[in-house]
Amino acid sequence: MAVFLMIHLVPGDPAQAMLGERANAETLTALRHEMGLDQPLYKQFGIFVVDLLQGDLGRSFRTHEKVTTEIFRRFPATVELTFAAMLFAMVGGLGLGLLAAVRRGSTVDYFSMAVATAGISMPVFWLALVLILLLAVYFPIFPISGRLSSYTYLESRTGLYLLDALLAGDLRAFGDVLRHLALPAVTLGTIPLAVIARMTRSSLLEVLGEDYIRTAWAKGLPRRLVLLRHAVRNAFIPTLTVIALEFGYLLGGAIITETIFAWPGIGRWLFLAVQARDFRAVQGGVLLLASLFILINLLADMLYAWLDPRIRYDRR
Amino acid sequence: MTSPSQLRRVLLGACLTVLAACGGSGHSADTLVFGRGSDSIGLDPALETDGESFKVCDNLYETLVTYAPGSTQIVPQLAREWSVDPTGLEWTFHLRTDVQFHDGTPFNAEAMLFSLGRQFFPDHPFHKLAAGSYQYWKDMGMDDIIADMSALNDSTFVVRLAAPNAPFLSNLGMNFCAAVSPTAVQTHGADFFKNPVGTGPFRFVEWLKDERIVLAKNDSYWGPGPHIERLIFRSIQDPSVRFLELRAGALHGMDNLSPEFLDELRTNEQINLLTQPGMNVGYLAMNNEKPPYDDRRVRMALNHAINKQSLVDNFYGGLAEAAKNPIPPMMWSYNDDIEPYAYDPERARALLAEAGFANGFDTELWAMPAPRPYMPQPEKIAQAIQADLAQVGIRARIVSLEWATYLDKVFNGHHDLCLLGWTGDNGDPDNFLYVLLDKMAAVKPAQNVAFYKSDELHDILVAARTQTDPAIRTQLYREAQRIIHRDAPWVPLVHATQTAAFRRQVEGFQLHPTGSKWFSATRIAASN
Repeated sequence: MAVFLMIHLVPGDPAQAMLGERANAETLTALRHEMGLDQPLYKQFGIFVVDLLQGDLGRSFRTHEKVTTEIFRRFPATVELTFAAMLFAMVGGLGLGLLAAVRRGSTVDYFSMAVATAGISMPVFWLALVLILLLAVYFPIFPISGRLSSYTYLESRTGLYLLDALLAGDLRAFGDVLRHLALPAVTLGTIPLAVIARMTRSSLLEVLGEDYIRTAWAKGLPRRLVLLRHAVRNAFIPTLTVIALEFGYLLGGAIITETIFAWPGIGRWLFLAVQARDFRAVQGGVLLLASLFILINLLADMLYAWLDPRIRYDRR
Repeated sequence: MTSPSQLRRVLLGACLTVLAACGGSGHSADTLVFGRGSDSIGLDPALETDGESFKVCDNLYETLVTYAPGSTQIVPQLAREWSVDPTGLEWTFHLRTDVQFHDGTPFNAEAMLFSLGRQFFPDHPFHKLAAGSYQYWKDMGMDDIIADMSALNDSTFVVRLAAPNAPFLSNLGMNFCAAVSPTAVQTHGADFFKNPVGTGPFRFVEWLKDERIVLAKNDSYWGPGPHIERLIFRSIQDPSVRFLELRAGALHGMDNLSPEFLDELRTNEQINLLTQPGMNVGYLAMNNEKPPYDDRRVRMALNHAINKQSLVDNFYGGLAEAAKNPIPPMMWSYNDDIEPYAYDPERARALLAEAGFANGFDTELWAMPAPRPYMPQPEKIAQAIQADLAQVGIRARIVSLEWATYLDKVFNGHHDLCLLGWTGDNGDPDNFLYVLLDKMAAVKPAQNVAFYKSDELHDILVAARTQTDPAIRTQLYREAQRIIHRDAPWVPLVHATQTAAFRRQVEGFQLHPTGSKWFSATRIAASN
């Protein structure tokens, strides 16, 4: 209901937005009728709910396409990019955080935290352009934009191109996709990396000061065991929350990264839908993304219980 | 057993192999890659209204008549020839008999009747589509222009008009009047827009949404076939990135260049810059219904107060032309004898004083919130105009609203002054003058946003649209421009130039006034 109301209450007539300079009285009336905008709001809402219960999100006015088709066609691109970015962020962030915490006060600590601070404060569009100029233009190691070279043909079965290339047994295409994935993933993963690094460092430092860690040291346990088994596992819960949140955000699509790297994901599609007042697309998109966000957080909650046996979701 | 360090080495080796395996993007001389700012909406020519869709449709479909290279003059395409009876009502088209659609369906009068009939006849099985409506057909008033249509025999197609209408022939050259394969429409129904089948020099291969559209050479094309085997349209939204791709050679060509790259383009020997006067106008409309703009002297004063050349230099990178008429100079019947209102603040002040506004007045200047093809930076242009007006004592307050609301309010006459513009559809002056300045177009919600109502002009415009003799029409439109210049309902500001850039080895591509992008004559020379 909130989604429905939000998109219907913002100013701007969708029919007018679609027709632009060409609108005249006749075409406006005809299009409003076609879009159902001449119906009272409660009726429009009723139709929306009934269709939704049948799994039908309607057809987008902007693209003629079914909203569900539009979403499922673009979602794999976003998923692939999100996973790549989060892989980069998790490996880099946990690594930096761990190093910084273990060597607290050392040069490594200062360096890691400087990287993290820079990562958080850098504007995404700037980072993207610097990466492109450096690694695609001056040193052409990676392609500038897109998901696939113009001359690479890949039968898309899942929409996840890495998987598609593997399924097709096409190693060349796999490499092509991987190269295209590198820069957008680093761009998108830098902020989460910084957040994860800082969170890991602070929670690990907190845990390292706990009594049971001191006991573990006193027992003469090896350093590796104390850190990885006792400290990191317990320090991981707040980090996991951050990771889950970042995952949720990134799955919503990243308009700037997608625009700069010509990445055909869900973020830019939704942005254009909002701009065009394509309310069916916006309703469907927001609904799906919100559900996904909730789902990911639920998964994270379930992971807490697995990580920390003290957390139990009992029925009372 | 494999130790962890061995495993790491194997994994690293595998990654490097994969990265090396894909190498750079191998170029091929028979594939042309063109970059543009966004993806097509759909590829059913009758359903689409956006330029990005038409760019692809231009190469997939053909129309009965088309535009000659470099002009909007009408020449035959799928119709070998045509005639109109003395009443000006019955148009007979004699069709080519050597044409077939990409799916093998023969092209004939029945196919043409199907293509236009689905838009015209309300009881046609494909008139109502789940995917949208035939917007352009409606926009161009085809339902009112046409009375009936029929297929006389396989090669003769007849259209009866409701009243004589000269721009009708130009409309037939537009994308929405293209021949579509009846078989494909029947097979795909509402999904025809993503399974397009026409008669054009290229056929459809693949569409990865928001990534690329791939077309291939139509081997059974009736005309001189295309010189390239594949044509790929890539969507790269960011203009800087698009330009970098062109510079790196990953694209052969691109359009809509940002002015900041022009200097580099002019000096880069690997890239050719193409320009073509655009079929558009950006203008400042004065609401003739509201004082003080009901006074011609005030309207003339504004025409003298605004420095158009400075707008061209500062906001278009020089890629535009200061306007003196509502129609662009490349359009037939353009009246070049008209003496433009010179930039002369002194004269403007004198005219204002004469009209009783020696101390100026307060007014609202409405500016579009979003860039348009004819006005890439409307808010900055509004500020420049505001400064120009202040020079002559007019204190303008800039108003900017969300785009749809802006249009709604402007069409209903809420503004004093507003910025707006127009991109021509069919190359006919009627499509500018009647649509934007006739008194019939001033009925709210109006496209004549100056609300300029002249009976004298109306009579001329109606006569010009019912005449079929091009010489007489030219005279009438020249006179229409003289009247409009005299009454000064607008300040015509600029005609923006369309741009494209191609790698040097690409030959044979020509920009067209209508903005169409035809690639059948394009070839790629051996790499330099």
